[in-house]
Amino acid sequence: MAYVIEGETGDWELVIGLEVHAQVTSNSKLFSGAATDFGAEPNTQVSLVDAAMPGMLPVINEKCVEQAVRTGLGLKARINLTSVFARKNYFYADLPQGYQISQFEFPIVGEGEVILDMPDGSSRTVGIERLHLEQDAGKSLHDQHPSKSFIDLNRAGVALMEIVSKPDMRSPEEAAAYVTKLRSILRYLGTCDGNMAEGSMRCDANVSVRKAGEPYRTRAEIKNVNSIRFLQQAIEYEARRQIDVYEEGGQVVQETRLWDSSKGETRSMRSKEQAHDYRYFPDPDLLPLVLEQAFVDHIKAGLPELPDEKKERFIKEYGLSTYDAGVLVAEQANADFFEAVARGRDPKLACNWVMGDFAAAQNRLGRSIEDPVVSAADLGGLVDLIADNTISGRIAKEVFELMVESGKPPALIVEEKGLKQVTDTGAIEAAIEAVLAANPDKVADYKGGKDKLFGFFVGQVMKSTGGKANPALVNDILKAKLA
Amino acid sequence: MSKLVSLTMAEARKGLAAKEFTAVELVDAHILQAEKARPLNAFVTETFEAARAQAAASDQRLAKGQAGAMEGLPIGMKDLFCTEGVRTTACSKILENFVPPYESTVSANLKKAGAVVLGKTALDEFAMGSSNMTSAFGAVENPWKRRSDPAARLVPGGSSGGSAAAVAARTVMGATGTDTGGSIRQPAAFCGITGIKPTYGRCSRWGVIAFASSLDQAGPMARTVRDCAIMLGAMAGHDPKDSTSAPVAVPDFEAALSGDVRGLKVGIPREYRPDGLSDEVQALWDKGIALLKAAGATPVEISLPHTKYALPTYYIVAPAECSSNLARYDGLRYGRRVDGKSLDEMYAKSRAAGFGSEVRRRILIGTYVLSAGYYDAYYAKAQKVRRLIAEDFTKAFQTVDVILTPTAPSAAFGIGETDDNPVTMWLNDVFTIPTSLAGLPGLSLPAGLSADGLPLGLQLIGRPFDEETVLRVADVMEKAVGFDAVPAFVEG
Repeated sequence: MAYVIEGETGDWELVIGLEVHAQVTSNSKLFSGAATDFGAEPNTQVSLVDAAMPGMLPVINEKCVEQAVRTGLGLKARINLTSVFARKNYFYADLPQGYQISQFEFPIVGEGEVILDMPDGSSRTVGIERLHLEQDAGKSLHDQHPSKSFIDLNRAGVALMEIVSKPDMRSPEEAAAYVTKLRSILRYLGTCDGNMAEGSMRCDANVSVRKAGEPYRTRAEIKNVNSIRFLQQAIEYEARRQIDVYEEGGQVVQETRLWDSSKGETRSMRSKEQAHDYRYFPDPDLLPLVLEQAFVDHIKAGLPELPDEKKERFIKEYGLSTYDAGVLVAEQANADFFEAVARGRDPKLACNWVMGDFAAAQNRLGRSIEDPVVSAADLGGLVDLIADNTISGRIAKEVFELMVESGKPPALIVEEKGLKQVTDTGAIEAAIEAVLAANPDKVADYKGGKDKLFGFFVGQVMKSTGGKANPALVNDILKAKLA
Repeated sequence: MSKLVSLTMAEARKGLAAKEFTAVELVDAHILQAEKARPLNAFVTETFEAARAQAAASDQRLAKGQAGAMEGLPIGMKDLFCTEGVRTTACSKILENFVPPYESTVSANLKKAGAVVLGKTALDEFAMGSSNMTSAFGAVENPWKRRSDPAARLVPGGSSGGSAAAVAARTVMGATGTDTGGSIRQPAAFCGITGIKPTYGRCSRWGVIAFASSLDQAGPMARTVRDCAIMLGAMAGHDPKDSTSAPVAVPDFEAALSGDVRGLKVGIPREYRPDGLSDEVQALWDKGIALLKAAGATPVEISLPHTKYALPTYYIVAPAECSSNLARYDGLRYGRRVDGKSLDEMYAKSRAAGFGSEVRRRILIGTYVLSAGYYDAYYAKAQKVRRLIAEDFTKAFQTVDVILTPTAPSAAFGIGETDDNPVTMWLNDVFTIPTSLAGLPGLSLPAGLSADGLPLGLQLIGRPFDEETVLRVADVMEKAVGFDAVPAFVEG
């Protein structure tokens, strides 16, 4: 079912395109040797070039070019062997040069695609329009002094990839899935850490609404959306706002709007009339960026297995469901952890444990996959103990909690606590007979047709054996005794 | 006047090596001359004390046999080159008190070669002008005088007018210039000295305050072709800090001065004879052609059909780049700041107070030609024409080895004699601009005097990175011309 918003005049469809600014993972800036560490003291990572001192010139950082190409390849996009840096001219206090070096007519990466994994297991393809490299601006600090603004240029000149999607998304959920997937791909590639809270991934949304079958209507650009949750809220709010405007007989104007997360609304920042005239022109300080095909091929050869391929493989190789595979591959470290547990074992059992008790404990204790509650080797050991019938699944849950608490390996815990499953039929038979002897009335009721009492007998047997009796054997013997 | 100030660099180099005089004596003689020449206003900032110390250090290196290619030779540094710890103004109020914490690559190269910098020379504000009258620190006076009117104060040309006047007045043996549309060649012609704008990319632009990045190029100004060759060799070289600097080796330019131009084909472009070209400039050009022919070269008439579009093309491209390059002078981090009630007001007030009228004019033109709706009609079209102009030269150089033209349409004019129409001033560069747009090397050398006793220059244009042929031909012409007139200021 397509996502629509019901209005007074009928159903409205959403048209969404996203511009994601992803900070390139690199030690130094796009055109200078200054460092890029997050959270450094203000104005300590500023070179003469970043501060736009007279006579200073930009020199391209090859690492950033490599990262852009790598990202383009990861998005299955066309790599443009010749691209051109252009100046985007505007005055602002945190823009020392008075222009941002960006790419305009000739970006380094052309059309590509991102496949969305929707929560219902379906997938959708969203087109990438382009990816280009550009400089970040500095930061204006307005809250440090009652009457003055302070400027921190640490971020000025840091390399960004602006990744522009086609207007292919039709619901807030798709927009969220797009950002989630893009973030996952960038993290797999190691080209952006995807940290939205630190601002290393930022998102602007172009939103418009229309009736089914119509061409695109006027869009508004929403800025300042710094989480996926806010993105969904902002898109939904903006779509409803536009529908209200149309249904009240008005027209939506093309403008830039700011998302205010505290009020949960978008508000006008500047209209098209007030829009900057950026006076783009090729930067005469830089020659066109010309890449060798061999450079691109070399990067391509070194690409890691990306989420889509890995998901495919997990489904094929491990027989996982689309949903499980999708969840596991979203973060490379999670996928690696799963594979370490699953290798040489029953993959479905491994998957159940990784996505079940393990994930729950991780969440409960707020741990990252780099610092897991139990190691992949130990979790694998636990799966082994289940598989060879040393312990039952139920006991395994108990063992797992003890592993989390003590950090001890599963075999040791089973040994110390004597949790080894009872598979001795004689012992089980004795336990069953004791239970039947103690409950003659229930036995009579069962034989009189109360089948449900079977579970009661099983429970009593497990209780008397401390849960260690092999459940399958208990079932078989009990059935025989009651027959 | 000390005899030492009349020496060429080549002669002084010999004298120093032969211990006929010391670098300190040489530099002191030039400092004395520079003090005498103060009324010319050629220097914005004098660095005499530092120069004396450098000269002493040069003497030590000379004594140890560790002399660089320009050891102990006094030069001037156009105040567009950032010099560490020494005020660098671009002759603009906006940078009136700017002291860079870094040294431009070219000035560092010269210092490494042993050159001794006597001071920063004046220029038109941000190198925008052809008269030195747009400097925020007062006009520079040409050391030459009209015979008919010795009281008239003449311009030295521009934008490297301070360098040209300083060299002509014998206060330094050479000086750096920068050339965007003729800023080395036109003042060299006006002051009766030699200057070469090398191929774009030959000298690093790192640390040179930018006017128009795709055109700006540093070069030497001196009194002889050989001195230019010596100095260019010290300035040039690939610089990884400038992405437009060419990764080519620096040849031994002096070795190119073979004295032999036999068999060379010299292009004479017919489009450089505009209506109204003065008879004396035409006669000078004809004399140059005749001299080269006599030396064994062959004059060949050529056509550079897009020449007439060069000036309008330049006055779109250069202002466009300048409007963006000068955006950084916003009063925020350095330079002049005039506070305002808002950020925009601070920008407006700072820039209005900091920039002179010619700079403002070019920023306005540049902003206009890049603006939405006009970009294609102006900037994009100008870029296309620029390519056509470059192709004109490429075609011409398939048949000729070097091109000979006049440098400027007239001799130096008087301070305040021009009308208020800026285009009249811009016409000074009509012969030099096409070379700049094509990025080619161009040299101006003095080839004679006007009827009124003022120097006139001829321009030689070469293939990309073939400064050697340009210098070789210029050296032959220099000897044939035998230009030995000296400015009135030097005659005393």
